[in-house]
Amino acid sequence: MTPNEPIGRFRFMNEQRVNLDGFATPAPELGLVAFDGPNDPKPSIKISDGRVVELDGKPESDFDAIDEFIARHGLDLNLAPEAMAIDSLEFARMLVNPNDSRKDIVRLAAGMTPAKLAEVLSRLTAAELVIAMTKMRARRTPSNQAHVTNRSDDPLLLAADAATAAAFGFRELETTVPVAGDAPSNAVAVSIGAAVGAAGVLVQCSVEEAAELALGMRGLVSYAETVSLYGTEQIFIDGDDTPWSKAFLTSAYASRGIKMRVTSGGGSEALMGGAEQCSMFYLEARCVALARAIGSQGVQNGGIDAASVAGAVPGGVRSMMAENVMVMLRNLEACTGNDALMSESDVRRTSRTHPIFIGGSDFINSGFGSIQRYDNMFGPSQWNAEDIDDFLAMQRDWGVDGGLRTADETEVARLRKRATDAVTAVYSHLGLGDFSQTWADQAVDAAGSKDVTAGDLMLPLNAARTIMDTNVTMLDVISALAENGFDLEAERCLNMLKARVVGDYLQTSAIFDEEMNVLSLVTDPNEYSGPGTGYQPTAKRQAEIDNIRQQKSVEDLRNEQKIFASQNLRVTGSAEISYDPRDVVIGVSPATGREIWMTLSGLSVTDVIGELMAGLEEEGCVGRIVRINDSLDLGMIGLTAARLSGSGISVGLQAKGTALIHRRDLAPLANLELYSVAPTITRELYRMLGINAGRHAKGATPEPVRNPYSDEAIEARYHTKVVSLVAIERNCVSNSSPETLEVI
Amino acid sequence: MSKGDFGFSGKPVTEITIEAIRRGDITLDDVRIHPETLEMQAKVAEANGNPQLAANFRRAAELTSLPDSVVLGYYDALRPGRSTADQLTAIATELASQGASKNAELFLQAADVYARRGLTAK
Repeated sequence: MTPNEPIGRFRFMNEQRVNLDGFATPAPELGLVAFDGPNDPKPSIKISDGRVVELDGKPESDFDAIDEFIARHGLDLNLAPEAMAIDSLEFARMLVNPNDSRKDIVRLAAGMTPAKLAEVLSRLTAAELVIAMTKMRARRTPSNQAHVTNRSDDPLLLAADAATAAAFGFRELETTVPVAGDAPSNAVAVSIGAAVGAAGVLVQCSVEEAAELALGMRGLVSYAETVSLYGTEQIFIDGDDTPWSKAFLTSAYASRGIKMRVTSGGGSEALMGGAEQCSMFYLEARCVALARAIGSQGVQNGGIDAASVAGAVPGGVRSMMAENVMVMLRNLEACTGNDALMSESDVRRTSRTHPIFIGGSDFINSGFGSIQRYDNMFGPSQWNAEDIDDFLAMQRDWGVDGGLRTADETEVARLRKRATDAVTAVYSHLGLGDFSQTWADQAVDAAGSKDVTAGDLMLPLNAARTIMDTNVTMLDVISALAENGFDLEAERCLNMLKARVVGDYLQTSAIFDEEMNVLSLVTDPNEYSGPGTGYQPTAKRQAEIDNIRQQKSVEDLRNEQKIFASQNLRVTGSAEISYDPRDVVIGVSPATGREIWMTLSGLSVTDVIGELMAGLEEEGCVGRIVRINDSLDLGMIGLTAARLSGSGISVGLQAKGTALIHRRDLAPLANLELYSVAPTITRELYRMLGINAGRHAKGATPEPVRNPYSDEAIEARYHTKVVSLVAIERNCVSNSSPETLEVI
Repeated sequence: MSKGDFGFSGKPVTEITIEAIRRGDITLDDVRIHPETLEMQAKVAEANGNPQLAANFRRAAELTSLPDSVVLGYYDALRPGRSTADQLTAIATELASQGASKNAELFLQAADVYARRGLTAK
């Protein structure tokens, strides 16, 4: 240790990944504070002649553009006096009380100002936020959204990955571009891929506001999300919009029958240097009130691009979840963040998501990176392709529906092939570009764009230009799909267009199920009112959640053992007591050589026995193999063997590999040496066990043996196997007397 | 026929088939929402506790008859610093004359607030 260097314990702690994260001392003057900023107003409203003349402490003459829009459009003025008079803590309690209905709460919240709802929600603890989210989200059935992007805007890979995301259960796919001009090509490729993967998957392409609307008007995407709101006037203007332009844009989408939601999120104002000494949460309360005021059906929030800013201050992660609940209180669709990666630490990022995951929201992630981190053109997500199996396991652990399902490998392979075939056919048919077979083959197999080396980086841009110049619309894409034999996909794309005519998916929290039924606030309302109510997965859905591909049954393991079955352990007769002092019995368990041939370390049972015999031989002893048939308990096996042994010493061995040395005068559960962690026992250790058994037999001093150590979750890896192997052993237990075996 | 059974053009949804698309008989106007459908959706939104969403659908209904380029142009006019108060008022008049009174109202309000908050074109 050199002077000024921290002690070892702290050097070690400093190296942990969480210490790559930035943690900020609260700086309220910069907006670096989650709740209660110095400029956060006290809630108030004054109404004169049906007009708001004071809002959250500010007189009408001082209203900025955001205040003005909320005051003129956003509040139920008939209810406001009653709603504002309710004590904030009292209202906070209603959010977790099963006897207060969601309907009543959203009715009252409609009369509450931004500062009022900020005050209410700042009173909820983390656990209370989970209950409030369970109760207050608009749609009963939870769902999830995926990012589908890659570094090269490769249309084949985009389509294959979109189909894959749909297969894993995502109901909305969001793409974007590293190269702005590629956007129309990405929209087409992802829409085709989504249609290959499943029916009713919504697709968006996140680009500049006007460009995104133009893609929607051509039918190339089916929803929009990147319509940003900010909590201060200055930052709003910096974002090149006003509440009026956003309200108009919102109507423009609806006028073409296209679903849309807006985006906001705490910390963005502080990040852009314009928080006006307000807390992140209060500014977000303004955004959410404005979202309702402009007539958006939903909001994507919870930090979003500034998630790591919110995450850097005390209470920041709680405030991000409270933002989501605020959206729900405003009776809007909540697409609950968990997109931009907010920590280098797997523990912190899981902790940030987990309460929302178990509470359930309209979209748990407003962008689960269904592709690898490096391919995510929004930046790495909080959850990525690297984590899909983790997420599926978490769903199974908690019995929670997080919107995902296990996808079968051969089915995904088929879908990826079909997606690349469909894009190849459509691009060729519409004159957008030609793909080589190598490129297509690589895209089908690729885990990410680094695996696709045969791509032509100019193709997406040329395709995009052609789409714009020749005015390609979704009708052309549908026609091209149908002309080339992709009838199912053509039908699915057409159904998304027809949905625009019907308009039911414009309602709050709307998604389609795979039969094209709309699930929304209207058709699938959340009516949670305590245990036994609200969303319950159907039996079919529960099976999807429970049956992950990694799970194994006893039968699976029995069959796995059969692969290693051999005839090289042979019974030679019944086992008798020996009086030879060199005799050491190796007592093996009932299933050894009957049903189990392979130990957990990967050594065969006969290899293990061979090492034990060789060790005994080195010490001048003679090993004798005896199968103990009446017990699977290793202590009893060892003791029974020791009582047969001429030396009084035995080695006990379970077929899974656990081993010990026993002596005939010991209690059953005692032993001389125990090798308990079967998966970590090596050939050398079994040899040493044989040597030591020999030394015990001779009365010599055994070598001290250190049990092998591992910091891995050995028990997590093997305990399920152990349960099955023990069950197999139990089936082999009988009253038969011990029998002598030989290795041939 | 009721809500959502026909597109903006008046073509029944049942006639929008893959075959019709391949024949080139379907245009984007056939797969666009009809203003009456938006009015019906507005009533649903109202009944589900969201009058602002209803108001949005009613503004949207007015915009259905405007071409894409005009809608995009109006959006741009409302962005900060793009229009003078007079220009916004002029668009309001234009909208009102096309029966888009709710959007006209939005533009008039914007003209007023933009002037007060310095959001008009310099």
